[in-house]
Amino acid sequence: MIVAKDESLSIKTSEDVVRVRQVVRAQAIAAGFGLVDQTKIVTAASEIARNAIDYAGGGDVRIETLHNGTRRGVRLTFSDRGPGIADIGLALTDGYTTGSGLGLGLGGAKRLSNEFAVDSKPGSGTRVTLARWR
Amino acid sequence: MDQIPILKIGDCLLVSIQVDMHDRLAMALQDDLTNKIVSTRARGVMIDISALEIVDSFIGRMLNNIAAMSRVLDAVTVVVGMQPAVAITLVELGLALTGVKTALNVDKGLALIRRLIDGEEDSRDRREG
Repeated sequence: MIVAKDESLSIKTSEDVVRVRQVVRAQAIAAGFGLVDQTKIVTAASEIARNAIDYAGGGDVRIETLHNGTRRGVRLTFSDRGPGIADIGLALTDGYTTGSGLGLGLGGAKRLSNEFAVDSKPGSGTRVTLARWR
Repeated sequence: MDQIPILKIGDCLLVSIQVDMHDRLAMALQDDLTNKIVSTRARGVMIDISALEIVDSFIGRMLNNIAAMSRVLDAVTVVVGMQPAVAITLVELGLALTGVKTALNVDKGLALIRRLIDGEEDSRDRREG
């Protein structure tokens, strides 16, 4: 697997979430994604980026375009140093939230991705990796 | 751009979202619109999202909130122009926008608002008459 493009952004404000959406969109277009696939990964990115602000006070994202033979994909790796998630299964449940939102972000982002993983322990931050392939 | 313009046409308010909104801008729009419904005594609100490339759970919640607040303030809200890719993504995200009325375009949206307002006035007349 070849990493054809690799960008990192920090996420601190709601303007940064817009920046993340724009960079993910640009990489998805460059990877040849159709409009629906672009929209799905950009929406997933928006949800997870906002979570980093709401629950961890900010974080970082790495946005990579992947080439695997003839397949093209975009992989996003979000990491933060927030309080972590005690029960990932519960956090992925639709409607469950410890904040003020709808509780759709994590589970919704998972449904919009082809690959999705959450790695977190209480006190040591959270890493969310997701990818979508064309 | 840190404010989304709200246009008044007759007894309706028209908002056309032309920028990729950050969350504070979405919150500001929600507040502005609620105030404007009261100050203009609008009966209908139309929100054109044809230029929006995504609707995530935050923007979806904003649309739901605007619809709910306008209902409480005796106005109807119609969201128009959602792109097909946005609709597909929204449903997969898990957001049904059950409280929000939608129309395909501005023309159909205005007609729907008219029908909804007239329908409400009819049933009001019947109750009072």
